[in-house]
Amino acid sequence: MSEIRKSWGLHIGVVSLLLALNFILPDYHHGNLARVMVLACYAMGYNILFGYTGLLSLGHALFFAAGMYGMSLTVQHLGWSAGPAIIVGLASGLAMSLIVGILSLRTAGVAFMIVTLMFAQAGYLAALYFGEYTRGDEGFVIQKAARQIGGIDLSDPMNRYLAALVLFAVCLFITLRVVQTGFGRVLVAIRENEERTRMLGYDVHRHKLLAILLSGTMSAAAGASYGLLFGYAGATFASVQYSIFPLLWVLLGGAGTVLGPFVGTLFMFYLIDLSSDISTAYMLIAGLTLVLLTLFAPQGLVGELRRRTLRWLP
Amino acid sequence: MELVPYLILGLLEGLVTAAVLSLMALGLSLVFGVMRVVNVAHGEFFMVGAVLAWQIASLFEGHPAWGFLAALLVAPPLTACIAVAANQLVLKRIEYDPERTIVATIGLLYIIQQVTLMTYGPDARPVEAPFNQRLSIPLVEWTERGLSLYWPWGLGTTTYKLAVIMAAVMLLTGIWMLMTRTRFGLLMRATQLDRETAQAFGIPVGRVYAAVFGLGAALAALAGVLIVPIQQAHYLMGHDPLLLSFIVVIIGGLGSLPGTIVAALLIGISDGMISVFFSPTLAKIIATLGVAFVLIFMPQGLFGKRGL
Repeated sequence: MSEIRKSWGLHIGVVSLLLALNFILPDYHHGNLARVMVLACYAMGYNILFGYTGLLSLGHALFFAAGMYGMSLTVQHLGWSAGPAIIVGLASGLAMSLIVGILSLRTAGVAFMIVTLMFAQAGYLAALYFGEYTRGDEGFVIQKAARQIGGIDLSDPMNRYLAALVLFAVCLFITLRVVQTGFGRVLVAIRENEERTRMLGYDVHRHKLLAILLSGTMSAAAGASYGLLFGYAGATFASVQYSIFPLLWVLLGGAGTVLGPFVGTLFMFYLIDLSSDISTAYMLIAGLTLVLLTLFAPQGLVGELRRRTLRWLP
Repeated sequence: MELVPYLILGLLEGLVTAAVLSLMALGLSLVFGVMRVVNVAHGEFFMVGAVLAWQIASLFEGHPAWGFLAALLVAPPLTACIAVAANQLVLKRIEYDPERTIVATIGLLYIIQQVTLMTYGPDARPVEAPFNQRLSIPLVEWTERGLSLYWPWGLGTTTYKLAVIMAAVMLLTGIWMLMTRTRFGLLMRATQLDRETAQAFGIPVGRVYAAVFGLGAALAALAGVLIVPIQQAHYLMGHDPLLLSFIVVIIGGLGSLPGTIVAALLIGISDGMISVFFSPTLAKIIATLGVAFVLIFMPQGLFGKRGL
């Protein structure tokens, strides 16, 4: 079996497994897994930029929040229905990543990290500043009546899980497809050696910009869906912490692997879930994980698996 | 009330911010200049300094000056020990790789913050200032009897705030002397200039790195001890100063000492001025966007010679 067919088989298998879990899982884990799938889309968006292109952004919460607020503010204040509102969320994510991309790609390395961090911080502060509409840190609840697409009630746990799965499958297959095409290979080439890629005649700047657009829009899709499926939008999702999370998930699962972001998100979610039973200082676990990862497993879980046995993993 | 008293009030508050900020930013800038790494956990050293100051001061009874003095002498070295331990356990082992260091120091940030939350708790606690007399500031006005002094209501400062400004000036001078007049300063500058050549000439680069990381943390902790009688000690207090000192270091040019001080004055005073007249959130939005644009269009900073 060719490597491409093997990897499609694996990823379709994962999606079918998740579909089957819909009917078996107890309520609590059913809800958790829906949440993890949406957050994994955020991590997959982040992975395209960080894992495949090698650009470390510390400001992806800006895109997540752009999607979330683009969707929720149009629902809340303009009274739009959920379908068009999601489009607005995606469009704001796209616009935001275009602006940030054009500006921040003039820098590289540490400067790129700080510039993205500063933009995201400005976005977070803006969400607080316009507290009249966003209600700041407190946030606002999106009414149950507004959370419907084509008559399907997305606040119902079963529909919510399936909607999350659809989004997850779309993001997963987009990532898989991108990685297998020439475009994805150029991104990896940029990560490995930017100068050499330029010498080979590829337009490095254009590829990086496209990577930011794809990454930012996918993050925005996750943000918009998160708001819609769980019925809440708040400034916390724009804070630095939410820029750090996808980095953590991707590093944990394996940067530059298609399944890594999902594995990392799942692992981290349950790690924090279990540890918050023990202590209120659950972010301690996140901190320790980050330090231990940089020390001992810079490749992440799926990355280690690929290094040791499954060399064909995309 | 007219405009002038507001301006003076803004200027004074700004000078206090600038004093604390310059100490903290100097620590960040030293670490970046010599070690070429960005320490995201720097704000937590500031917080640890403030929290330790509360812990130490609460051991003393009697006049608050004793507790404060003890805090001033003990908290910064203790914080430096934590930093040196982190350096040996983590940073050294990832060989100061710039990107991995950022990730690791983000981890450190959460560890320090959450351990403080677990031990010290979520409350904000004050340390009493060693002296805290109110000083009213007179203004000159022109009346029909010639020049005369008057005391506008609400315009004033405290002796402690003035002492903070003085202390910062003295400490900065001290660091300047350390950098230019001592053997340790020479080693530091040699390592900053060219790590490999320094090593070839027998400079113990590893120990210099550890010392610089400790010194940077101690400076942040000193800033924390100095601020804690004005602003209470809280486990999340490191966040805003971290952002501000990033701004200062970038505007001043990474690794440039005079640039850092000028930028701290600029940012501190404009922060004081802007927050007297505008909402502090708007001031922060303008400042963060300003930094982003400085980095994009002038990567070497306003005073620095090197880029990132």
